[in-house]
Amino acid sequence: MNKPVALAVAEIPADSDFDGAPATKVRGYWQSVGYRLRHDWVTLGFGVIVLLIVLAAVFAPLIAPFSPYAQSIIGRLKPFGWRGHPWGTDELGRDMMSRLIYGGRISLMMGLVPVVIATMIGGTLGVIGGFAGKVANTAIMRTMDVFYAFPSILLAVAISGAMGGGIVNGIISLSLVFTPAMCRVAETATAQVKNLDYIEAARASGAGTLTIIRHHVLGNVLGPVFIYASSLVSVSILLASGLSFLGLGVQPPEPDWGLMLSTLRQSLYVDPLGCALPGIAIFITSICFNLVSDGIRAAMDVRI
Amino acid sequence: MSATVQAKPYVDGRDRGGAAQPMLIAKELQRHFKVKGAGKGAVVRAVDGVSFTLFKGETLGVVGESGCGKSTLARVLLHLVLPDSGDLVFDGDTVGETRGISVADLRRQVQMVFQDSYSSLNPRMPVQDSVAFGPMVNGKSKAESRRIAQDILVKVGLRPDLFGPRYPHELSGGQKQRVNIARALAVGPRMVILDEAVSALDKSVEAQVLNLLRELKRTLNLTYLFISHDLNVVRYISDRVLVMYLGQVVELGPAADVFAKARHPYTQALLGSRLSMDSSKRIESPPIVGDPPSPINPPSGCRFRTRCPHAEAVCEAEMPTLGQWEDRSSHVAACHMTNAQSGHSLAGTA
Repeated sequence: MNKPVALAVAEIPADSDFDGAPATKVRGYWQSVGYRLRHDWVTLGFGVIVLLIVLAAVFAPLIAPFSPYAQSIIGRLKPFGWRGHPWGTDELGRDMMSRLIYGGRISLMMGLVPVVIATMIGGTLGVIGGFAGKVANTAIMRTMDVFYAFPSILLAVAISGAMGGGIVNGIISLSLVFTPAMCRVAETATAQVKNLDYIEAARASGAGTLTIIRHHVLGNVLGPVFIYASSLVSVSILLASGLSFLGLGVQPPEPDWGLMLSTLRQSLYVDPLGCALPGIAIFITSICFNLVSDGIRAAMDVRI
Repeated sequence: MSATVQAKPYVDGRDRGGAAQPMLIAKELQRHFKVKGAGKGAVVRAVDGVSFTLFKGETLGVVGESGCGKSTLARVLLHLVLPDSGDLVFDGDTVGETRGISVADLRRQVQMVFQDSYSSLNPRMPVQDSVAFGPMVNGKSKAESRRIAQDILVKVGLRPDLFGPRYPHELSGGQKQRVNIARALAVGPRMVILDEAVSALDKSVEAQVLNLLRELKRTLNLTYLFISHDLNVVRYISDRVLVMYLGQVVELGPAADVFAKARHPYTQALLGSRLSMDSSKRIESPPIVGDPPSPINPPSGCRFRTRCPHAEAVCEAEMPTLGQWEDRSSHVAACHMTNAQSGHSLAGTA
């Protein structure tokens, strides 16, 4: 028998990887996520603002200096600091600060609830479609494409218009608007993961489809879905404001940032700063949500 | 090398037929893939009538060019890709039959190590969880699976306390492939399919992993099906060699025989294309010219005839067969030149 060529290297010990001891401390997953978050000042800073906005909305009755509904015929469109109204009054003489604080409750709810609903429905459908492939995938994705054919604001307006105004109908219509997009993101991420060898290796270990999805697919799909969902929160706040602006979402006299923007619009020349306040609130909230979600996503990504 | 063939007197509780019964018999396995846009009914004949026997305790090397169906064969053996036709007999039990062995049982006893060590580990799972996943889905408790994973990581040369909690991107290629081997072994298989398991590693790491594989085979009493395009590696680790060309077996025999005296012109060409450390053994002219023919529309008769220097009329008219083989010492080739009655002018010379 010929001497095998590769025998020359047989002396290298199989356990030489023992030398490669790392100097770094090994952390658990959530420990390392926390570590990265603590050192990300941008995310921390904007996180504090988001927290303040949420706290203000939750504890609105304790913080607001006036009732958001109390009108005053003589105190309309007053400037900052007029008679104890720190941010002035609106066109019906209601305290702007109180209305903005109370308005945050509805705006935040309109931003978060439709996105959570759409993520659950769209995400589930997308993972099913992406993992099953073939007929199931075609059926789900083509149905979603039908919704996709309409611009989102038009679809939201159409659904809200058909069902009538109100907060609940607004939430339903926004959920329907966001579901196809969430579904597509989840489907794309799942289809990418599905063809990787570790899924095949998991199948070879004898795991069933549900076990594989739970252990190997969801974790890898969650990242893209989470980042997309968090970017939708600000879109949802804006769309909800748009619906209210058009008179389809929140009905007066409820305080809502979009609705306030709509009604104060007529007083633009009299009180430009007061008119801009609800818009500024929407702007700050959405940009903070975007930046914080991006920071959390980066911290959760083990590969960075 | 024959020393590794002799398994020590170790009896696996799952061993049904004894040492004489082959671990795996593949009979006329066939798997064709539909091709879109290549005409109606066009199929790629990825695995086209492959038969072989894998004996207990041996390493069978599978070699062939890219696209010859090696990887598809590996996936068919694990039923990750279902065969169109043909039988698979594992330790005397036909796979997938009511009286035979179920696919789930087969996968508990046969495991696979993939080529791409990166994409075959979940990037968001610490490697100890990846290794513990197999035992866990096979009914072990979480704590026990973790313990099995730690034991196996030690066996493949990785300290569990150091490497267990790490993520795949924190490991080198060799370490990742060790984890992949650990993952395959954690289920407690009797047979392991190594699909280009060392091909992506650099040479020194490749040698370490090869030695690790030999060591594991000895201590755990494993049987290997070792797929590779690297002939030197196959020669180093294999007891027997199977050569594939366009979805078919063209030569099968003990590694020493095949490498010393290849019978099929394709095997001869493959061996001739090996690079040598010896400067006097330069490759002067390419051993084979051209690309392999399309597996969608393979040549009639012998599939190698379009590139074979000895092709004659009989090669076009008739498909040569592999002939009979009974034991692990048979050396057969699917070539008309090996058959004295074939009508080939060089018949009986190979």
